[in-house]
Amino acid sequence: MSLLRKIRGTGRVAEEAPPRPEGQAPDAARELRGSAQVRCVDAGSCNGCEIEIGSAFGPVYDAERYGARLVASPRHADVALVTGPVTRNMAEPLRRTVAAMPEPRVVVAVGDCALNCGEFAGGYGVEGAVGDVVPVDVEVRGCPPRPEEIVAALRTVTGR
Amino acid sequence: MSGVGVAAVAAQVLVVVLGTPLLTGLMRQVRARMEGRAGAGVAQPWRDMRKLLRKTPVTPTGTGPAFRVAPALLVATTAVAAALVPLASTATPVSGEADLILVVALLALGSVALALAGLDTGTAFGGMGASREMTVAALVEPTILLAVFALSIPAGTTNLPRIVEGALHEPARLASPAGLLATAALAVAVLAETGRIPVDNPSTHLELTMVHEAMVLEYAGPDLALVELGAQMRLTVLLGLLASLFAPWGIATGASAAAVALGLVLFAAKVAMLGAVLAAAEVFWAKVRLFRVPELLAGSFLLALLAVTSSYFLGGV
Repeated sequence: MSLLRKIRGTGRVAEEAPPRPEGQAPDAARELRGSAQVRCVDAGSCNGCEIEIGSAFGPVYDAERYGARLVASPRHADVALVTGPVTRNMAEPLRRTVAAMPEPRVVVAVGDCALNCGEFAGGYGVEGAVGDVVPVDVEVRGCPPRPEEIVAALRTVTGR
Repeated sequence: MSGVGVAAVAAQVLVVVLGTPLLTGLMRQVRARMEGRAGAGVAQPWRDMRKLLRKTPVTPTGTGPAFRVAPALLVATTAVAAALVPLASTATPVSGEADLILVVALLALGSVALALAGLDTGTAFGGMGASREMTVAALVEPTILLAVFALSIPAGTTNLPRIVEGALHEPARLASPAGLLATAALAVAVLAETGRIPVDNPSTHLELTMVHEAMVLEYAGPDLALVELGAQMRLTVLLGLLASLFAPWGIATGASAAAVALGLVLFAAKVAMLGAVLAAAEVFWAKVRLFRVPELLAGSFLLALLAVTSSYFLGGV
């Protein structure tokens, strides 16, 4: 019963939806039409981006209202959300994950590390940026990017 | 049997197939609102389905016929069950064959097909999910059978439309101890059979806790759309069965088109209400540990057994 009181007292915590982002939708995303299943791949990130992705799908930013949903298998996914510089050990698993996703598929690189290796550039364990391993369709800058920016990138993919 | 009966069966199947994504959307929306979210809207499962049907099918290397046949078999068996169960009308051309044991067996056939598909992928999680699904199914099927046997004793038959008609003519049967015990037992069995909390979590991302999801990890595109549709239809049919058996009011018993239409509307309303209540209740529940699931299901089996016993002794047969 205390949970019920809490639910009634809290009400809606999701923020008002911001206007639809301007960004150009990638070609593959046009066929998705308002629905995108998302698979997260940590290719060697420091987990800062994961925390922001976690809050993007939390109640406040609620990425789910735009039709994006996290799934447990790359076979179910339309979007790969890749974070971190790609380490040598994760290069092959990342390639296989993207190959396991049915077409049309979209790869979103999240965070500065994913785009240009960021802090870890030149490290002995780093294979390269995400773009060096798999083709990237959408880029999200920031270290870490704010949840709003991740949600905006997902909205260009779902088109809602 | 009349044309109205044929139309009633077709309408039942059509309403279940077309309405079931909306039921899922409604349940997700209720949950989202209670969690303080905005929610994706009731039509989101339809958008997901439309997109999945347009994606390229992927068949993992090494999978055989079991993997390819399972999605179609799951949807087909559930559609046949939707035609047999008296959801909107008891006067249909198939009402003579609508035996309780047949309906339970059809649903079990769907489960077995999916479990074999999970084994066929050869992945660790597929096999684990299949093993768990069969463990749960083995405990659930007898409960469903016993619960409806308790209702079939006063009706003197295992034919579902006859049981529903009997309850319509004699509503006191529903309020009897046997009826109430059977309701509780069947409700728990439906939760387990459809993979809802507290037995399984349909929105989990953690492979180690999965039951149903673990078996379908390898499906993609149109096959995944069929698997999801089949799983959602199963929930609709079982909630409909629950509503037909324990709240049969409004189900058409004659060959009148208006009564069938009213029955369909009431069926949709009853299932939507049950779904919303279930989604709201799930916010308050946690998934139980896998090793506690048999205890829960044994409890529900016991209720069903008590229902049969009391139906036998108090029914004055």
